[in-house]
This record gives sequence, structure tokens and C-alpha cells, in this order.
Amino acid sequence: MTAVRVLVGTRKGAFVLNSDGKRREWEVSGPHFAGWEIYHLKGSPADPNRIYASQSSGWFGQKIQRSDDGGRTWEPVGDRFAYDGPTGTHQWYDGSQHPWEFKRVWHLEPSVNDPDTVFAGAEDAALFRSKDGGRSWDELPGLRNHGSGPQWQPGAGGMCLHTIMQDPTRPDRLYVAISAAGAFRSDDGGASWKPINRGLVSPYIPNPTAEVGHCVHRLAMHRARPETLFMQKHWDVMRSDDAGENWREVSGNLPTDFGFVIDVHAHEPDTIYVVPIKSDGEHFPLDGRLAVYRSRAGGGEWEALTKGLPAKDCYVNVLRDAMTVDGLDPCGVYFGTTGGQVYGSADAGDSWTPIVRDLPAVLSVEVQTLP
Amino acid sequence: MIRIVLPAHLQALARVGGEVELELDGPPTIGSALDALEARYPVLRGAIRDHDTLKRRDFVRFFACQEDWSHEAHDTPLPGPVAAGTEPLLVVGAIAGG
Repeated sequence: MTAVRVLVGTRKGAFVLNSDGKRREWEVSGPHFAGWEIYHLKGSPADPNRIYASQSSGWFGQKIQRSDDGGRTWEPVGDRFAYDGPTGTHQWYDGSQHPWEFKRVWHLEPSVNDPDTVFAGAEDAALFRSKDGGRSWDELPGLRNHGSGPQWQPGAGGMCLHTIMQDPTRPDRLYVAISAAGAFRSDDGGASWKPINRGLVSPYIPNPTAEVGHCVHRLAMHRARPETLFMQKHWDVMRSDDAGENWREVSGNLPTDFGFVIDVHAHEPDTIYVVPIKSDGEHFPLDGRLAVYRSRAGGGEWEALTKGLPAKDCYVNVLRDAMTVDGLDPCGVYFGTTGGQVYGSADAGDSWTPIVRDLPAVLSVEVQTLP
Repeated sequence: MIRIVLPAHLQALARVGGEVELELDGPPTIGSALDALEARYPVLRGAIRDHDTLKRRDFVRFFACQEDWSHEAHDTPLPGPVAAGTEPLLVVGAIAGG
């Protein structure tokens, strides 16, 4: 019997939503870590019972929790995130230089093939790795030290490393994205990095086509076609077919191409999803009407998916880690809002149902497809 | 024996209810009390003070016998009633924000 387990991180705790393969009836557990910010939690592809969670608080700092039983029980593991070597400075909002300071872990990415190896994306931006199930963490300093760090600057949410992707066919190839620095790729397991932002145009920075400085909101990849990447930038939806070497805009007929999330259908590498947001100054859906947009052509041509979503008076946001797809057929799609709703579609986006309506603001949504 | 009262979020993190009781060797200081607390509950390391510098986190305060001990040096002896266990050492999270 197949099942799905949706992992939801919120401003005030984590929630686990369970259903069978039909995805009609849901059992909700939580809040886990009540009162703490759970920026992200994610299960290991190599062992679905292994889940990592980032637990943080403005009062009490950063904790990492680990479950070995699918989220029923949790154990705190290591939380020392020390930058490797001199921290240096990055650009502050006013253009001056500002020292690097660890604030929190935004994203945890378990390795594709080892449940004890997990990557952590931090604010201020850096990539950490644990090889012992989260008990200890070491920075992969080649990213922060590759040379452009003084040009990186925080976005409104902080200078965060928020996206980590590992090529499942070539595990030494890693991608990360940083707001606001851009996308980077490593082909040697994270030892060395190069910016991959050619083709991005950001009129709101001094050099709109600079090598770094772009506010990339999210990257996505299909495991069967890992050379093709999709990006939701601050403005613009972008696509690369050469592992990020070159990007082209595929916003097409989207009503607005500002947004945070982007994801790829589990079985159709050219079917992608975004949630258009009105603008950088107005983080809510256009005209108060919540819509997911789907392209079946890898971008360019988009269709609005609105069945079951609020058609008016909806002014929530969908944050960058808050959309995911399951591996069932038809593909399930899930996203969470800052209004506390988690919507699910069991038919690849054709129709939507709120799984829960009244959680704290949703920061992240992940799903595990279970045998 | 000394008694320490933690804020609710740290009680949940350490999985303790109410007060924590600790036996210390020698006259207790604010530093030795926190050292003993973190030794008993390692998950609290980093949550009250920095892992490496042991600097108190900005939004955490210490109170004892109705007095603010947040800015005392680590080797400052705690007041007699706290050392005797008749009064607790309070670890308090700032009342700020959501």
C-alpha cells in the first residue's frame, strides 16, 4: 500500500500530514517543536524513516533534530555551525561591507545515497555538510571563499543559502542558490564552485548581467534530466539545458513572473509549476486570486490551475521552500502559504484541496512517497 | 544543590518539567551553574550562551533573588539563598516579538 507523508515547517512548529495513495483523507500530527521556527525538514531519499529538521529561534538559536522512525520521535543532534577560517565580509543593504555571521539553517538536503550525509544551507550564506547523521557539521568553504563573497548581499529575508540540489546521476555535482548572490555549481562534491548566472538579467542591481548578485529564489530539477534546470528568480522564470552554464527566460504568458517556488512534475520533465506573486513590493497573488501555473512545455506557455483555490480576497504568499511533488501517478503537488493553508492536488494540479487551513505561516513543504 | 528554572521552550527542548536540580562542587557561581546545566542537558549548549565564547545570547537573561545577574562575570558567586537551594536561578527569555 503506497502512502505519502507531507512534512510542513512553520513559524511555530512542524506538522506531519499522512495519507494513503489516494490522498483524500489526511491525518495531521503536530505541532512538533511547538513555538520554534521550523524553516525546513526533509527525509532521506536513501532511508525514508530518516528525517532531518532545522529548528531555530531568535531567542535560543539553532538546533537540528533527527528522526529515525519517520517523524514519530526526534533526537537533537549537532548544532555547531562554525565557518571554516576567516569569515570575511559581504555587502550590506547600503553597499558597505558587513561581517559574516551565522544566523540559522534555511534548508537541509539529505544525500541521495547515504542517510548519514546531509547538507545544510545557512544564513549568512554558507554550505555545511554532516557525514555522521547530523552529529557534527563542517563547512564546505570553497563556496564562500571562491572569490565573489564581498559582492553577495542579503535579500529582504537575509543572506540565505536556501536551495541545495544534488545530481542523482552524478552525486559529486551539487547546485546551490543564494539570495542575493545567485546560483553556483560544484562538480567535485562541494570542494570548488563556480557561479552559473549567465543569461540572468536583474535591472535592480548596478550591473544587470553581473556574474553574481542576482536574487535567485529557487531552483528545480527532474532526476531523469539533471542537465535541465529551472529557476524562479526575483522576477523572471528561467531555464537552462546545460547544467546552468546558460539561462534563458521562459516566463512566456505568465501574468506576473515574480514568485518564489518552482517545481517539476515527478514523471514529466517538461511539466513545471510556479505560483505567480504580484510583485516584489506586494507579496500576494495577483487580484487576490490564488493560482498555480503549469507549463507542459518546460516554460513559455503556461495555464492557470485554479480549481479548488481561493478565487478572491486571497493575500497570502508562498515561500520558496513551500512547494513539492510526490512520486505517485498521477503526480501529487503540494504547497503551503503564509496564511497557514497547505493545498494538495492528487491530479497533477488540475484540482486542489486544502489539507489543513489554519497552521502558522508555512515556511516549507516536503513530501515523502512511501512504499 | 541548586535549582534552575528554564523558560518553557528550553524546558521542552531539554525534556524537563518545572525546575532543574543540580549538585555542584564548591560554592556555585553563575558560570559553574550553567556549566553543570549544560553538562546534564547537552542540548542546551548554544541555546543559552554561545558554544565557543560562552557569551550570553542577547535575548536571554539571568535573575536571582529579584536581581539581574545577566551581566555578572562567570566566576561571580551566586547569592546565598540560590547556593543553599532555597531560591532558584531564573533563566528568562526576553519578552519580545511573537
